Amino acid sequence: MNNEGVDQSKRQFLTTALTVVGAVGTGYLAVPFLAQMQPSVKAMAAGAPVEVDLSKMETGQLIRVAWRGKPVWVLNRTPEVLETLKTLDSELRDPQSLESIQPASSKNAGRSIKPEIFVAVGLCTHLGCSPTFRPEVAPPDLGDKWKGGFFCPCHGSWFDLAGRVYQGVPAPTNLEIPPYRYVTDTLLIVGEPAEGESA
Amino acid sequence: MKSSRLTACGEWVLDRFPLASLWKDHMTHYYAPKNFNFWYFFGSLALLVLVNQFITGILLTMNYKPDAKLAFDSVEYIMRDVSWGWLVRYMHSTGASAFFIVVYLHMFRGIMYGSFKQPRELIWIFGMLIFVALMAEAFMGYLLPWGQMSYWGAQVIISLFSAIPVIGDDLSLWIRGDYVISDATLNRFFAFHVIAVPLVLVMLVFMHIVALHEVGSNNPDGIDIKKVKDANGVPLDGIPFHPYYTVKDLVGVGVFLIFFATVIFYMPEMGGYFLEHANFIPADPMKTPEHIAPVWYFTPFYAILRAIPDKFAGVIGMGGAIVVLFLLPWLDRNPVRSIRYRGGIYKKALALFVISFIALGYLGTQPATPVATNVARVFTVIYFGFFLLMPLYTRWEKTKPVPERVTVELSLEEQLPALIEAFEEITEVAPEPVEDGSHHAFRSVFFSRRPNPEGMRNVATRLAKKLKESLD
Amino acid sequence: MKNLITLLLLLILSFGAYASEGVELQEADVDVGDKASLLRGAKHFVTYCLGCHSMKQIRYLRIALDTHADEKEVLTDIAPLGASIYDQIHSAMNKHDAEKWFGTQPPDLSLIARSRGADWLYSYLKSYYSDKSRPFGVNNLVFEDTAMPNPLWQLQGEQHAVTRKTIYGDRVDLVLEKEGALSEKEFDLMVNDLVNFLVYAGEPAQLERQGMGKYVLIFLFLFLVLAYLLKKEYWKDIH
Repeated sequence: MNNEGVDQSKRQFLTTALTVVGAVGTGYLAVPFLAQMQPSVKAMAAGAPVEVDLSKMETGQLIRVAWRGKPVWVLNRTPEVLETLKTLDSELRDPQSLESIQPASSKNAGRSIKPEIFVAVGLCTHLGCSPTFRPEVAPPDLGDKWKGGFFCPCHGSWFDLAGRVYQGVPAPTNLEIPPYRYVTDTLLIVGEPAEGESA
Repeated sequence: MKSSRLTACGEWVLDRFPLASLWKDHMTHYYAPKNFNFWYFFGSLALLVLVNQFITGILLTMNYKPDAKLAFDSVEYIMRDVSWGWLVRYMHSTGASAFFIVVYLHMFRGIMYGSFKQPRELIWIFGMLIFVALMAEAFMGYLLPWGQMSYWGAQVIISLFSAIPVIGDDLSLWIRGDYVISDATLNRFFAFHVIAVPLVLVMLVFMHIVALHEVGSNNPDGIDIKKVKDANGVPLDGIPFHPYYTVKDLVGVGVFLIFFATVIFYMPEMGGYFLEHANFIPADPMKTPEHIAPVWYFTPFYAILRAIPDKFAGVIGMGGAIVVLFLLPWLDRNPVRSIRYRGGIYKKALALFVISFIALGYLGTQPATPVATNVARVFTVIYFGFFLLMPLYTRWEKTKPVPERVTVELSLEEQLPALIEAFEEITEVAPEPVEDGSHHAFRSVFFSRRPNPEGMRNVATRLAKKLKESLD
Repeated sequence: MKNLITLLLLLILSFGAYASEGVELQEADVDVGDKASLLRGAKHFVTYCLGCHSMKQIRYLRIALDTHADEKEVLTDIAPLGASIYDQIHSAMNKHDAEKWFGTQPPDLSLIARSRGADWLYSYLKSYYSDKSRPFGVNNLVFEDTAMPNPLWQLQGEQHAVTRKTIYGDRVDLVLEKEGALSEKEFDLMVNDLVNFLVYAGEPAQLERQGMGKYVLIFLFLFLVLAYLLKKEYWKDIH
């Protein structure tokens, strides 16, 4: 071995060049490896928009449909409920839904396109449990302050019947409203944006 | 400030973990003979393929379903619906074949240069155990796609165990966990393929390398470089593994990856050898495919099995073909390691062995016609003759004097001029005029040349003479 | 020793004597890059094959993406009524009925091109001939006593088998006896489109992998050149 007369800068340059090329190659290889953990086409197929037929829905009834494997609630709210919702603002954390997730068409007081039909993703924004539907007013286990809403059994978060979160509970924001649109008056599609909105 | 923090952190770790000394002992101060040639790439390449199999294998388990009802479709699901699933699957399936290619070449290197001989017997034994574990791994992995070949291949191989007297039938029943290959078999093979055997493989590879670094690497001259050391105790013919062999192995990795990528992107089925056509039909316990053959890497042993006209003897023959390899260090009686300084007998015997191994491999892929079976018998005899007659012919053979220091041969790229010269000799420039002047230079080098019979004869004679000399 | 080597060489040469049995196959002109052909083939598949055979490993969406066709067009032109773009290509045939009618379940055709090969499929679909002894009145040169009736007979017409003696032995040729709706050329093209689609459906990823292979190889060559230069530079130390 003889290290004299070695062009160290050339050696350094080649080492760096090969390292860079190797790192780029590894990076390119990592992309497919990581991407293969993304939802597959099958998962996307299962996550396709779902149709909900409202024609047979009674007032006050809640139905659950699965969209992308998540529970989505469709609730036909009574006029009394709509009245109650207007009186709750002072007890809520985000009554105007400024920090919550919803399509623009649902960014209003009732958080819905049509006032009576409320659509929401039925997962608590705290840690993802599915809250229970408790429409009754002041039940014994929840106390006098309960005006009807959704109660999360995992960590005790309160939501009203517009999916808005109460103050002083662990959930940070209102329930998420998925994109949905009306095809006809009594048929809606969950998962497709309303007209004039982008996906 | 920041960098000194980092250094402090590094030192904190180094005080508690012998990273520096490990690096030193096994990389920068591991002295490997300086005359490694082309054949010495395959050890590191095998390690590369092992890593490839681990990563792609883990990714495949994320979407594969080890259930007889779901397995076949889940593989197609990976091929179609999972993003990049096809790439991961082809890397794994091509990697399996690549593994055997590099391992066979690695083993041939060992046999050629006597790397299995004293003091490296244990390295050879560990290596053979790796080979056996690899065969088990490949065999069980091949059931998982649950195609016709998976199913009937496994059926045939597991039935081999039933040839064992007395316990055979119960044993094969126990292995399958059912009366035929079934969901139970698939599930346990999955467990073995993804957990048990890989763990054993990693352990064996570790021991293989530890044993190698204890006694040091052999070399194409088969001489002990530790005999001649300088004042510091460094072998005069040794060079640090890092950086010299790391950078050299990177070249090998580059060449290997080009071949590997070519197969993955352009010929993943490799004409039915890497992925068999019949395996694209879901397993059907009611219908055997017309012609079943194992994947190419098992065919030499499969041909031996078929060549022996008795069930139990066939199984013994097939197992024996692997067991004799274990015994190699004790069958060879010649103290000279490298083929370069051994007599003609060993060279011819090795050539015959290679021919018979390849021929058996080919025959194993073909239908068992009477002619083919007879041919396979001849090659089976040669295969075993190579090993079992070894104690005799290696004792008789005349050896050449072994040099004190390693000899350095021309590297592959240094042989290029000679190759170009030979090309120029066997061809001559065609006399026809070239119309298009712009391509003239390029054409005269390659396209306008035509075969030159006289030159070809000369080159062939020289080659033959050289071959004869080297075989004596 | 020399004799032994000669003997071995002779043995190796004798492998060439294995004659391949069966009918000579006609060559299909496969080009999975031909998107129009794929779409035509998909339509033929749905029209003539889907009655009995499913193709459950591929979705309409995939066909639309790979052929750059509009999703709605694929749904209206190719898919049966009421199919969703995410649907896999399922046959409506009841398995028990199939078993009753054909004695066997028609196989799923997703991977048929990978197990049989394009040329086999092309030849098979063209090699039906009249044979009164068979339940459906037809037999096939490539796949003798096939359980499948000829789905394309109205297009191709009726063929008859004619045996001729040649020096290599008997040779069976098929002669068109009754003309079909398509000319011979049109029919060949139609079958070719169908086979092309089957080849594509056997491995949709082949479009992707063949497309990116060259970039990977160019990259690896760059890596190899740099690695070689680095090796050469370091090995200047070794004498």
